[in-house]
Amino acid sequence: MALTAGFFYLFAAFSVAAGVMVIVAKNPVHAVLFLILAFFNAAGLFILLGAEFLAMILIIVYVGAVAVLFLFVVMMLDVDFAELKAGFIKNAPVGLLVGGIVLAELVLLFAGRGFGLGVAHAPGAAIAQTAAHVSNTQALGLILYTKYVYFFEVAGLILLVAMVGAIVLTLQHKVGVRRQSIAAQVARTPKTGVEIIKVPSGGSIIPAAEVQS
Amino acid sequence: MTIGIGHYLTVAACLFTLGMLGIFLNRKNVIVILMSIELMLLAVNINLVAFSYFLGDLVGQVFALFNLTVAAAEAAIGLAIVVVYFRNRGSIAVEDINMMKG
Repeated sequence: MALTAGFFYLFAAFSVAAGVMVIVAKNPVHAVLFLILAFFNAAGLFILLGAEFLAMILIIVYVGAVAVLFLFVVMMLDVDFAELKAGFIKNAPVGLLVGGIVLAELVLLFAGRGFGLGVAHAPGAAIAQTAAHVSNTQALGLILYTKYVYFFEVAGLILLVAMVGAIVLTLQHKVGVRRQSIAAQVARTPKTGVEIIKVPSGGSIIPAAEVQS
Repeated sequence: MTIGIGHYLTVAACLFTLGMLGIFLNRKNVIVILMSIELMLLAVNINLVAFSYFLGDLVGQVFALFNLTVAAAEAAIGLAIVVVYFRNRGSIAVEDINMMKG
């Protein structure tokens, strides 16, 4: 139990410290890297809570896709980030005031009840019961593909819409670029491609293109 | 000392407040604002998983999974909008985004 508590404080301290660094880092590339650190430590917290599947998904989807996408965009855009940082000190007092009030309210909400909240009679009891024969991933799949299958399909639809939307937004057709038109090539017939001209004997033919020019 | 649900909720509250504070402090930088929103969503996920564990109900984890899906879609669309905006206007400063005079 002491080991679990130690790991909890380790992951919690690192994730909160990384969260602080995300918002104060001068260089946005560093901010993205600290965001990745925060995600990794949150994945550690998930493992302490017995949610191994979500922890792995957090690392694969968030670190592998979303954070790398952020890194990609930050490095692709040629923006003077130092200039964007200018209002940082000016906004700091009111931001700290509001943030402090919100944090105090959130913590007082459950600290006032002695951190118990009356729900922790048997932590993880029902999950541990099923965990005897099935793993967390299997248990999650057993209800995700049966009871929540429609929600699962809606989630897939959301991802499809997001993918189509991102492609439509960022795809650009450059004007003046000559591309291969396969349809035009396939539709080409001898009638449109070849012209048969009868050359009079002893005479010459001037091609139509040269006449125009 | 046992780790109760309050401990996890405190961590999540800290992360959520940090995300909010990030939006306050970096009001000019859209990318950092998007990262702050990701931090807030992460805090919500920690809350969901913590309640899932301490109430012994797996539905919280299912909800956290859908939450991750929506967060990924949101990040993809948001960053696509940022890229398109930068391509059209050459800047991503929030105060320059006033074409619609909203």
